[in-house]
Amino acid sequence: MTDLLNALVIIANFIIVPGLAYGSQLALGALGVTLVFGVLRFSNIAHGETMAAGAMFTMLFTWLLQSMGIGFGPLPTALLALPFGIGAAMVLCLATDRAVYGYYRRVRASPAIYIIVSVGVMFVYNGLIRFVVGPQDRVITDGQRFIMKARAFKQATGLNEGLAIKTTQAVSVGCAVLAVGLLFWFLNRTRTGKSMRAYSDNEDLALLSGINPERVVLITWLITAALATLAGTLYGLDKSFRPFVYMQLLLPIFAAAIVGGFGSPLGAIAGGFVIAFSELTVTFAYKRVLAYLLPDSMAPSTLVQLLSTDYKIAVSFAILVIVLLIKPTGLFGQRTA
Amino acid sequence: MTQSYRNIMMFAGMAALLALVGFGQGWDIALLLLNMCIISAIMALGVNIQWGYAGLFSIGSMGFAALGGLAGVIVSARPVPGAWQAGGLGVIGGIVATVLTVALGVYVWRRLADQGRRRYWGTGVVVLIGFFVIRGVMGPAIAAIEEVDPAAAGYLGGLGLPIILSWVVGGLFAAGVAWVVGKVSLGLRSDYLAIATLGISEIIIFILKFEDWLTRGVKNVTGLPRPVPYEVDLIASPAFQDWATSIGSNATAAASIVVKLCYAGLFSVVLLLVLYLSEIALRSPWGRMMRAIRDNETAAEAMGKDVKARHLQVFVLGSAVIGIAGAMLTTLDGQFTPTSYQPLRFTFLIWVMVIIGGSGNNWGAVLGGFVIWFFWIEAEPMGLWFIDLVSSGMAEDSSLRLHLIGSAAYMRLLTMGVVLLVVLRFAPRGLIPEVKR
Repeated sequence: MTDLLNALVIIANFIIVPGLAYGSQLALGALGVTLVFGVLRFSNIAHGETMAAGAMFTMLFTWLLQSMGIGFGPLPTALLALPFGIGAAMVLCLATDRAVYGYYRRVRASPAIYIIVSVGVMFVYNGLIRFVVGPQDRVITDGQRFIMKARAFKQATGLNEGLAIKTTQAVSVGCAVLAVGLLFWFLNRTRTGKSMRAYSDNEDLALLSGINPERVVLITWLITAALATLAGTLYGLDKSFRPFVYMQLLLPIFAAAIVGGFGSPLGAIAGGFVIAFSELTVTFAYKRVLAYLLPDSMAPSTLVQLLSTDYKIAVSFAILVIVLLIKPTGLFGQRTA
Repeated sequence: MTQSYRNIMMFAGMAALLALVGFGQGWDIALLLLNMCIISAIMALGVNIQWGYAGLFSIGSMGFAALGGLAGVIVSARPVPGAWQAGGLGVIGGIVATVLTVALGVYVWRRLADQGRRRYWGTGVVVLIGFFVIRGVMGPAIAAIEEVDPAAAGYLGGLGLPIILSWVVGGLFAAGVAWVVGKVSLGLRSDYLAIATLGISEIIIFILKFEDWLTRGVKNVTGLPRPVPYEVDLIASPAFQDWATSIGSNATAAASIVVKLCYAGLFSVVLLLVLYLSEIALRSPWGRMMRAIRDNETAAEAMGKDVKARHLQVFVLGSAVIGIAGAMLTTLDGQFTPTSYQPLRFTFLIWVMVIIGGSGNNWGAVLGGFVIWFFWIEAEPMGLWFIDLVSSGMAEDSSLRLHLIGSAAYMRLLTMGVVLLVVLRFAPRGLIPEVKR
């Protein structure tokens, strides 16, 4: 019995807890990508950089708050700075839309042109971020580091294996639940949210029924900016803020959005967790888990690992490609590819 | 002013810019810039074949460039007989098992076409079993290979042939992989194709980065042989010393320039060849058919053109050209560093070259390759000069001034983005627009 519990604790510690946190971050990122795809109808290559920009703004406001001596008790100060960061990211997104994307909407550019345009935006954001804060690795979390420490857990339960939960992991999941709850309430219950879904489902019909497209686009950018900032900040809190990492996150995020069905918010959330847990389960070494579960004579001598951890991110690329090739509409999508 | 006159002026302007660098920063730097410009131009020609001729929206050029680089290693690196003895058989067995697995997977997939869920399960089981067989065969062999002199080798090594052969092999590698990639992904709609190719190119880089038995991974393969003489040999030769003195230079400076000129000569031959072939292809009935498919797929299909086959063909051709350029890059560097392959540099920057040069026009792609690479490198000194000028009013030790000067390196990203957006908006057909035939 204890063996079984020990095995479960290892899995919880190395797969479930990190997977929930990483999955929440991916889901928030994928929601942004999927909203832009659903309403503005293009794949936004600049989304990773939008996340980086949002996280950067939050970081700058965090420094400001810290220099004023304001903290958030055991929670990271960045959470207090988040609303300001989101505000700054909203301004950035709206300015970009006004200066860049608006024109291509008017001329009804093809999806390919949109992607090339978003590559240009990506370059500009990329440069701006490095111009402001440089390429360094920065730790932006403060407050209490752990909710539950491995040793405290061992003492409390008397098990061999420890379970550690970082504050940032709990914050990630909490913020994601809150944000997703708000988003779905907005999309399903409010007039503006319904008009957004209508516009996404059938543009012509929505225009006929008097929905103002520019307003829908504006709201979409505001929500996208908020989600991107949240996702970027949570990832930065959990790991650390490095500008180039967000570009590497772009493909896992697209993978999450596509696995769930491009354009479907529910699918984006499911996709985020599918990607996070696949990355972790495929590259986890099950040796110690099996050592608890199997009798001593059958204990494995190898690591029992499907793929080395080097390939962690590659797993999401592989899933992305396989889903695109086999079922491009994803798990929840209706739109054809 | 006619278009052809303008084009000549633009190429002349480009040459003048390079000459300016030669006089200002030294000919060594100018020639290095020129060599990289030529390689960039060839990569841009490859992307132009895919996007400009056929409208294929593939953003995976990074993967094909890296495959070209891999060819450089496999063709020219010193063989490691110890590694072959330790694990050669196992690796060959693993490769055979991989091919068999893929073939069996495809067979089952086709066989169970109308069987619903059983199709996914059947194929999945075949692939999974194959995966474990491959791991079982290759795992020990790889471990044995990496044991062999890990500090200097730890991989299978190459064939020890002249590196110039790798330019052909690199093209073939890229073409072979492109055939597989194209076969499975070309049916996708434009933005899905873009994301799929981006993902596939990242997977290729991951494999090159972490399969140490093949490429030494992050330990890099250095010291690949050159197709041109080494500076030290030139400096040591009395004949060269005499020649250098006779033209009023010293041997060290002259050697470095002569070596770079040799590279420039070799690269120019490839560039002119690719450009010539691209031009006659574009002017031929084949080129006309490609444009017809690009402009209206349905109409072309109705006229009896096999759109799918032509797309695959043009995808393979373009990728092969990118692979050749990738092999040339490894030749110029004399080393293969998997970590240096970043999508920003090897995919998106090449796209910027094609768009700014003028998609659909080979001369445009070449000019774009030259101009963009030039500014990609020169944006830093220019940015530094600009920032120095703007902030000259501030105190010498003002923290803002120091921060700005420290950030000058990132001017290149900003400049590229702004230039791309401005060209797309106000001159979407590029510097040298496609010729209406």
